[in-house]
Amino acid sequence: MDFGFILASAASEIFSPTTAAYALAALGLAVHFGYSGLLNFGQAGFMAVGAYGFAISTLTFGVPFFVGLLIAIIASAIFALLLGIPTLRLRADYLAIVTIAAAEIVRYIVTTNQLTSVTGSANGLAAFEGGFYAMNPFPEGSYFGMNNRDFFIRVVGWALVALCCTLVWLLMRSPWGRVLKGIREDENAVRSLGKNVYAYKMQALIIGGVLGALAGMIFTLPRGAVQPANYGTELTFFLYTCLLLGGLGTVLGPVIGAMIFWVVLSLTQGILYGLIESGAVTWLNTVQAGQLRYILVGVALMLLMIFRPQGVFGNKKELAFA
Amino acid sequence: MLRLLGAISASILAILLVAAPASQATSPSPTPSPSNQTFQNNISGFLRDDTRAPLADVTITATKGDFTGTAKSAVNGSWNIGVPEQGTYTVELDESTLPEGITLAEGQENPRDVTFSQTSNLSVIFAFGKGIVVQQQDFGQNLLNRLVAGLSFGLLLALASVGLSLIFGTTGLTNFAHGEMVTLGAVLVFAFNAIGLPFWLALILSLLGGGLFGYAQDRGLWRPLRRRGTGLVPMMIVSIGLALAVRYVIQFYFGGATQQLPFAQSPEIQLGPVSISPNNLWSLGISAVVIALIGIVLLKTRLGKATRAVADNPALAAASGIDVDGVIRLVWITGGMLASLGGILWAYYRPGVTFDMGSAILLLIFAGVTLGGLGTVFGALIGSIIVGIFVELTTVFGLAADLKYVGALFIMIVVLLFRPQGILGRRERVG
Repeated sequence: MDFGFILASAASEIFSPTTAAYALAALGLAVHFGYSGLLNFGQAGFMAVGAYGFAISTLTFGVPFFVGLLIAIIASAIFALLLGIPTLRLRADYLAIVTIAAAEIVRYIVTTNQLTSVTGSANGLAAFEGGFYAMNPFPEGSYFGMNNRDFFIRVVGWALVALCCTLVWLLMRSPWGRVLKGIREDENAVRSLGKNVYAYKMQALIIGGVLGALAGMIFTLPRGAVQPANYGTELTFFLYTCLLLGGLGTVLGPVIGAMIFWVVLSLTQGILYGLIESGAVTWLNTVQAGQLRYILVGVALMLLMIFRPQGVFGNKKELAFA
Repeated sequence: MLRLLGAISASILAILLVAAPASQATSPSPTPSPSNQTFQNNISGFLRDDTRAPLADVTITATKGDFTGTAKSAVNGSWNIGVPEQGTYTVELDESTLPEGITLAEGQENPRDVTFSQTSNLSVIFAFGKGIVVQQQDFGQNLLNRLVAGLSFGLLLALASVGLSLIFGTTGLTNFAHGEMVTLGAVLVFAFNAIGLPFWLALILSLLGGGLFGYAQDRGLWRPLRRRGTGLVPMMIVSIGLALAVRYVIQFYFGGATQQLPFAQSPEIQLGPVSISPNNLWSLGISAVVIALIGIVLLKTRLGKATRAVADNPALAAASGIDVDGVIRLVWITGGMLASLGGILWAYYRPGVTFDMGSAILLLIFAGVTLGGLGTVFGALIGSIIVGIFVELTTVFGLAADLKYVGALFIMIVVLLFRPQGILGRRERVG
């Protein structure tokens, strides 16, 4: 077993674009769940809206990159509005069920054969990333062992993560953020102070949703393809695992959580595959090894929630529900 | 408590015992022949002529884009084409390979386009014979058939959602792992049957397994969490973790392929004006009887009264001398058994067993429960029937088959907009 290779590929996950996408989406969940107490189980839907909003506007309408970006952001904001209007006045579990249902509706709609000409149905869409890579300022060559495309998407992805983290941090220490945290702690108390709780929740839902849409774009750009199967409910649950790993009511928690999540997944995969190849483990094949990792994710999510709900960096005082 | 449990399980078993040999008699279907199973999606069917004799060595081709798959029907008439992905395929039966004197029925479209809907197995039927004319089903006929199928589907959803609703009512937990309890029922029947146990024993063991899983969950996980005073939202997230873990544990042992339970292939029979498969008919009958039993138990017995009391106000129930933990334990066991039964019926309804079959209908179960009103058992029943019928009827009214779940989820969101407490829910539950 080549430990050097396993460690290197695990380390490369720390700054992979997928990790950046997970970090952004989990940051959106932190705004929803960590800061506002909104139980959004449809973050995968927001990511799908972002990815498809961008891909469809680029491919079907041929708009330039930044217009596509804008359309994706607006689409996710509208999606948040549509979700928020019926559910934000209701109890948390209703929001959870409605958001997960809405995310599945999005997935069914982009999967259906009726819209194949627009969404590509189960095969998804491809070849929409040209406009993005055309802006690549890095000339061809090797950057830390990556080609200029891979390097560019990493730079953009992590710059976006840094920018969004700063924005969320500034927002949450502003008076607006204090009201939001107040809503998380005691909605009625905030309402009695004359604040429009519904409007604050809606704003939080939109901000987190837009972060999700950006994450969806970062997720699809390096792949050069968007496929509906990637946006199932599992994605949302993985994001919750990232969020809970790092810490709910923190800005850097989701980022660190996403890094830990992917490094651990990569490490376990590398070690399991290595053990199988070397013949040390015979009761497992490589397909089952992949499933074993997801069993571990599920168990980790349970254990985290039970024994350390504040995550690695969180503050127990910030937990509204514990 | 145990007496009641015994009564419920005995009645479920009694029904199944009656069901098992009877369905054996009505559907002499051979097991599908194991052919090119390299892909996870299959187009398959049975070729039988108008005297129901199997047709062997008939060539059938499925094409989509660049992909072409071919199969020859086996001695028992079965054929199976593995396809790389779901979507719309053109299936053509090579009429020159048909035996002497056998022709396709008049009006039988060949080649024809078929489309996958949700499941990874797609059944295609070709009708043969001179006397048989394939009728273009008229709208009313179709509506009636779908209505009955929807009722059957709704009742099997109700089995799962009544359990979910009871659990929510007594403990406040929105259990995302309920879909896995549904899957477990079907997978256990398949597993017990695969190791050679008789079908009826496999059914009984599967129901017991479902009950045991419910008990173990409550004993090992939820009761300790309740004792710790864990909030409802963290418990919901724990249930998601459990759902992920159990789903992939099932996949770990069961694999990703679609398997069939015994007697899964059953030809439709004509029952008055409705054509329905015997399996669907059994499913409808079994779930109706079981739900009626649950209703009677809840309304008429001391234990049912105690359950409703706990659902209403656990503290007050405990103060009146009701063993709250005992009631909750029983609710988990019953919920597990009901989910198992629902899973078995769902495996026949689709038809097929997969590791994610339960999570595929979890949202429909939630939709049923939410429509009826969270925590109300009879609401869950009504909500599930509405969801089941709605899902089936939308295809009659022109919605594509691969969008049929969207209608049900959409209607749930719309209902929440206008009547958030659901059909039978009480206002104060919504908060």
